[in-house]
Amino acid sequence: MSNTRQAEASSRWRAPVIFLIIVALFVLEGTTRNALFSGSWNSALAILNMGLISAVMALGVNMQWGYAGLFNAGVVGFLALGALGPVLVSTPPVQGAWAAGGMRVIVALVVGLGTLALATQVWKRVAAPISFFVMPLVLLVGFVLYRYLFDPAVMAIEANNAASAGNIGGLGLPVLLAWPVGAALAAAAAWGIGKVALGLRSDYLAIATLGIGEIIVAVLRNEEWLARGVKNMSGIPRPVPYELDLQSDPDFVAKAAHWGVDIATASGIWVKLMYAGLFGLVLLALILLAELALKSPWGRMMRAIRDNETAASAMGKNIKGRHLQIFVIGSAVIGLAGAMMVTLDGLLSPGSFNPLRYTFLVWVMVIVGGSGNNWGSVLGAVLIWFLWIKAEVWGPELMSLLTAPLPDGALRTHLLESAPHMRFVAMGLVLLLVLRFAPRGLVPEK
Amino acid sequence: MDFLNAIVALLNFVVIPAAAYGAQLALGALGVTLIYGILRFSNFAHGDTMAFGTALVIIVTWGLQALGISLGPLPTALLALPIGIALCSAFVLGTDRVVYRFYRKKKSEPIILVMASVGVMFVMNGVTRLLIGVDEIRFDDGARFLIAVQDFKTWTGLNEGLALRVSQVITFVVTALACWALFRFLNRSRAGKAMRAYADNEDLALLSGIDPERVVRLTWIIATALAVTAGTLYGLDKSFKAFNYFQILLPIFAAAIVGGLGNPLGAVAGGFIVAFSEVAVTYPWKKVAAYLGFQSDGLLQLLSTEYKFAVSFVILIIVLLFRPTGLFRGKAY
Repeated sequence: MSNTRQAEASSRWRAPVIFLIIVALFVLEGTTRNALFSGSWNSALAILNMGLISAVMALGVNMQWGYAGLFNAGVVGFLALGALGPVLVSTPPVQGAWAAGGMRVIVALVVGLGTLALATQVWKRVAAPISFFVMPLVLLVGFVLYRYLFDPAVMAIEANNAASAGNIGGLGLPVLLAWPVGAALAAAAAWGIGKVALGLRSDYLAIATLGIGEIIVAVLRNEEWLARGVKNMSGIPRPVPYELDLQSDPDFVAKAAHWGVDIATASGIWVKLMYAGLFGLVLLALILLAELALKSPWGRMMRAIRDNETAASAMGKNIKGRHLQIFVIGSAVIGLAGAMMVTLDGLLSPGSFNPLRYTFLVWVMVIVGGSGNNWGSVLGAVLIWFLWIKAEVWGPELMSLLTAPLPDGALRTHLLESAPHMRFVAMGLVLLLVLRFAPRGLVPEK
Repeated sequence: MDFLNAIVALLNFVVIPAAAYGAQLALGALGVTLIYGILRFSNFAHGDTMAFGTALVIIVTWGLQALGISLGPLPTALLALPIGIALCSAFVLGTDRVVYRFYRKKKSEPIILVMASVGVMFVMNGVTRLLIGVDEIRFDDGARFLIAVQDFKTWTGLNEGLALRVSQVITFVVTALACWALFRFLNRSRAGKAMRAYADNEDLALLSGIDPERVVRLTWIIATALAVTAGTLYGLDKSFKAFNYFQILLPIFAAAIVGGLGNPLGAVAGGFIVAFSEVAVTYPWKKVAAYLGFQSDGLLQLLSTEYKFAVSFVILIIVLLFRPTGLFRGKAY
């Protein structure tokens, strides 16, 4: 019942108002310098850029949750796979890496995947009692063969110039080409996991994706031949100019002088603005596509399935097939966001892929913004991202205000030191409050 | 002699650690499975309940140590455990009151409850960080070994040593007691029977005059007690680090699903299955193989230890593919 009442209460001004609030927050961050805001446009634009990427992630999650009601608890994994795209496609090639064992690794991976495919076929086609013996045998032989091919090749690649490279290297192609590759990698993983876990109880998908997320991150951390593992992969090329090049460009120096901004700040802002434009374009294109899809017969079918699976199934819709489709598409969008993220950072650091930050925070964004509504999740993403970043500053400020009456001592120091952790509590509370009192989010689905 | 050495190495590096880890997983999975059976959702906050409860136990332990109270050779944490359980249960009952009860009354989809548990997870995670920080903490005191490697070697004259840590023995004893008490409670007591009836058929249980809120409260308390015990044992055995407790969520879910969600016996079996597979797959078998007469250049390790979560995941996938209801057919107690 509460749903209908809320639908009546929500006016069409909600989205613009929230948009204006977000704009106001960013303007404050850019112009005012006090305890709450930094007063630096560089900082405001940095938050905005990551906010736009978060918005792409939120769009992906919203497709899965808002359109189809699928709980993906492994966002971090699909994001990490997407982030692998630029590393494999656009970083410069490593001298001698392919000669050391590139082909052998590829053959090993093909053997590995082929073993799985063969085992599946054996299971499907061979009659029951025989397949019980044949399938494990296929898996065993395949695994031994895979390790036989894989291990020496990896050793050779990692030994190749281990101090500064030791990885397979990229293809040296433009980084924008790597974005769809990142999306495709994430989509492939999503297809595999969806094939297994969809069509079962709804929590099973959540648990299975939680697992695949952990595993993908573990692979990125440990497989040094792939992307140098925890040694981090830096020097991912940029689609925009470097600050240093701008600073030595006479035209740009003249322009900066004309605007009356010092050259370091101006170059930083200019680069960030270009990134913001690029990400904004991608985001707008995705929203356009998503809106068109949602308003098409396909979108109506998806929502019909979400709202009543049994009825949709009775109408002849293939529930599992549609779910798999939307799960793959959503994960591809998340992968795209991952590729965009490493392009922005110029760095892939698998050590920083934390599920709380990348999976569950994105969920908070979608739920707060309004699940099922693309604009809602985008606005929610930018807003929550802004609050998440600023809460790191605001938490200690608030804590020092609250603890001001306390005498200086161990308790006060402990409280002050642990104040940055307050944002986890704050995000959890925001999620719970929205889920309870405004389950359709700030900008509800129409 | 070599054969005996092989057996000792196997016991020391595989059987004992895996059994201890399995017991800890079993306790965790029991909590997950009970909540699934009664409240009908997968509780994502379970790992952080373990972390939060263990953090409370550690703080109480520090308090007791400051007062000069100890258990001699046993860790002081055992004394702190009941207090930790009581405090953590109070917190969890609070979350049920302000969060889950609303959705239960509304009969929301299970996935909404899962989402709410993610919110609770965030809050608990933050509170744990506020309380105790994110660093690794060791809080075991008292004796460390029941059997030390050197002593074992001199007793038996074998090359291989066997170590049995106090924390491992405590894990076995406490887990055995907890399981015995739980199954006795579920099978014999009136309240336990009410819980099983409610899990089997909610409406019928309501008709027979079972108070649903009481059943739910009991479930939360039991699940929390099991979670805090599991967390404390895990912390005593390895060390306390809040993030590890989040990561242990996956093996726990895998264990609960392998055994059949909602089936306590299955959860215990699942815990041991997951733990033994994890340790067996990530253990380098070179040494054992050498004692048995197979010399090998490689480590004979199927998977490096960094991928131990992959083992629980593969088990999970196999079960989902071939027997989604789990080995013991979920929801059948």
